Amino acid sequence: MNFASQIIQYVFTGLTLGSIYALVALGFTMIYNSTAIINLAQGEFVMLGGLLMVFFTLVLKLPMAIGFLATVLAVTAIGALFERLAIHPLKNASLITLIIITLAGSILFRGIAMFLWGKDPYVLPSFGSEQPIQLWGAAIQPQILWVLGITVFVVLGITFFFKRTLVGKAMTACAFNPLAARLVGINVRKMVLISFGVSAALGAVAGVIITPITLMEYDRGPLLALKGFSAAVLGGLGSPPGAIAAGFLIGLLESLGAGLISSGYKDAIALFVLLLVLWIKPTGLFGSREESELKKF
Amino acid sequence: MTRKDLKALLIIAAGIAVFPWVFGGNQYFVSLLVFLGLNAITTMGLSLLMGYAGQISLGHAAFLGIGAYASGILTTKYGLHPLAAFLAGVLLSAGVAVLVGKPTLRLKGHYMAVATLGFGEIVFIAFNELSSLTGGPSGLSNIPPLSCGGVAVEGTPFLYLVWVVVFAVLAFSLNVINSRVGRALRAVHGSELAANAMGVDAARYKLKVFVLSAVYASMAGSLYAHFLAFISPNAFSLMFSILLLMMVVIGGSQTIWGAVLGAAILTLLPEYLRSLEDFEVLAYGAILLAVLLFMPQGILEGVRRLFARREGRGR
Repeated sequence: MNFASQIIQYVFTGLTLGSIYALVALGFTMIYNSTAIINLAQGEFVMLGGLLMVFFTLVLKLPMAIGFLATVLAVTAIGALFERLAIHPLKNASLITLIIITLAGSILFRGIAMFLWGKDPYVLPSFGSEQPIQLWGAAIQPQILWVLGITVFVVLGITFFFKRTLVGKAMTACAFNPLAARLVGINVRKMVLISFGVSAALGAVAGVIITPITLMEYDRGPLLALKGFSAAVLGGLGSPPGAIAAGFLIGLLESLGAGLISSGYKDAIALFVLLLVLWIKPTGLFGSREESELKKF
Repeated sequence: MTRKDLKALLIIAAGIAVFPWVFGGNQYFVSLLVFLGLNAITTMGLSLLMGYAGQISLGHAAFLGIGAYASGILTTKYGLHPLAAFLAGVLLSAGVAVLVGKPTLRLKGHYMAVATLGFGEIVFIAFNELSSLTGGPSGLSNIPPLSCGGVAVEGTPFLYLVWVVVFAVLAFSLNVINSRVGRALRAVHGSELAANAMGVDAARYKLKVFVLSAVYASMAGSLYAHFLAFISPNAFSLMFSILLLMMVVIGGSQTIWGAVLGAAILTLLPEYLRSLEDFEVLAYGAILLAVLLFMPQGILEGVRRLFARREGRGR
C-alpha cells in the first residue's frame, strides 16, 4: 500500500470514528442546551443501543430494519425513564449533584448490562455485503458507508427537527433562555424529557451502526462519553453544528495520529488539541462569546 | 477549627489509635484503613475545590499518579531518599497544577472540568507510554518502603503515619476555611462577579486552592506507592478521578467532613458488595443513585436534617 492509499484508509477510519463521536456529542449538546447538565451516561446509551440490537436481531431473530427501530425505541424509552426517575424529582439540586447523578446512572446501566450480557464483547453482522470495496488501493468496509450514510441522514433529520418543527423550535428557545421560554408558554420540563429521549435515541443509533465494526461490550460507554464530550466542547458547548464538525475532527485527528505519529499517543493528540483550543479560544471552534456568557455553567 | 471540629477529630483519632489493638493488626483491615486515609487526603482537597471554590476537577487521579511515580521512579532508579522523593513529587504536582490551572481558572464553569479531564487522560497515557521511566502498562515494582533514620515504616506504624497526615491535612483545611482565603472562596462560590467587585481576585484564590488540592493528592500518591511497593497506570485512570469526585458528592461537598465520610463509605462499600459478584456493579450504581436522589446534599447533610426534623417533632 503506498502513502496515498494509506491516507485514504486513515481518513475513512477517522470518518467512521468521527460519525460516532459526532452523534454522542450531539446527544451531549441536546441535554446541555435544555438543562445545562453534562449527561455522563451518554456513552451508556451507545452501549445499550449496540447490545439491544444484538438481542433483537440475533436472539429474537427480528429483521435488521425492525430490530434497528425496536432498539432505538427501547433506548429512547430508557432515556426518558431515566429523566423521569432520576433528574425530574430533584428540582432544587445543584448542577454538580445532577451531573454526578448521571454518573451514578451510568454505573447502574453498566451494572445492568454486565448482569444481562456478561463481560464478553458481542458481534453483529454488517448491514449489507461484507466484501471490502477497493478505493485507490485502500480497502473500505461497506459498513463504513452505512455508518456515514446513516449519520448524514440523522444529522439532516435533527436539523429539520430544530428548524422546522414546533417542538424543535421550542427546544431551541429553552436552550437560549429557559425563563423566557416558560413565559411564552413553553413547557420547559417536557422539553427536558424530550431532550433526554432524543439524546438516548442518538446514542442508540450510534451504537447500532458501530457494533458491526468494533463489536460492543458492557463497559464501552465511558471512553465514548469522553470523546463525545471533548467534541461537544471543542465545537463550542451548546452548538449542534459545532458538535458534529468537532466530532469528525476528533475522529480524523485520532485516526491520522494513530497511523502517522503513534498509536499509543492517539488519544493524547486529540485531547492536546482540545486543551490548546480551550486556552486560545475558550468558546470552542464554533461558539460565540456572547452566547457563552449567557450560559449558567 | 471550631471546638466541634476538634471534638470530632479527637474521637476519630482515638478510634484509629485503638484499632490495631482490637483487630490485632489484621493485614486486610490495616490496608483498608490505609486506603481510606489516602482517599480522604485527596478528597479533602477536592472538597475545598468543589464545595468552596465551586470548581470540578475530573483529573485528580493524575496528581496522585504524579506523586506516586515521582516517589517510585526517584527512589528505585535514582536512589533518592523517600522523603526527598516525596517532596519532589509535591513540588512537581504543584508546578503542573499552576501550569494547568492558570489558563483554565480564568474561565467559568465546565471549562475546568474539561481541562482537567483532558489533562488527566494525557498524564494517564504518558504513564503508559513512557515505559523506559514508568515501566509502561506493566507498572513499576520494588519501590522501597518509607523509611526514617534507616528504619522502614511498614504495617501498623505506616497506618498511624497515614492518619497523622490525614489529621494534619484536615486541621490545615479547616483552618483554611475559617481564614481570609476561605471567606474569599465562599464569596467566589456565591457570586464570582460580586466577589470581584469586593476586591477578591477570584482567579488567584481558585488557583491557590487548585494547587493545594494537587499537593494533597500528590502526598497521598507518594504514600500509596510506598505502601504497595508497586504502581501501575490503571490506578490513576479517569475512573479513579470520577470515583474521588463521587466520594465528595456522596459525603457532602458543603463541609470538609463530608469528604472524609464519603471517602470512608466509598472505600468500604465495594468491599462489602464484592460477595454479590455479578450484581456488584448493579448494586453499587443503584446505591449511589438512591443516596443522591434522597440526599442530594450528601449523606452528612441528609442525616443532619433527618435528626433535626425528628427533634423538631419531639418538641
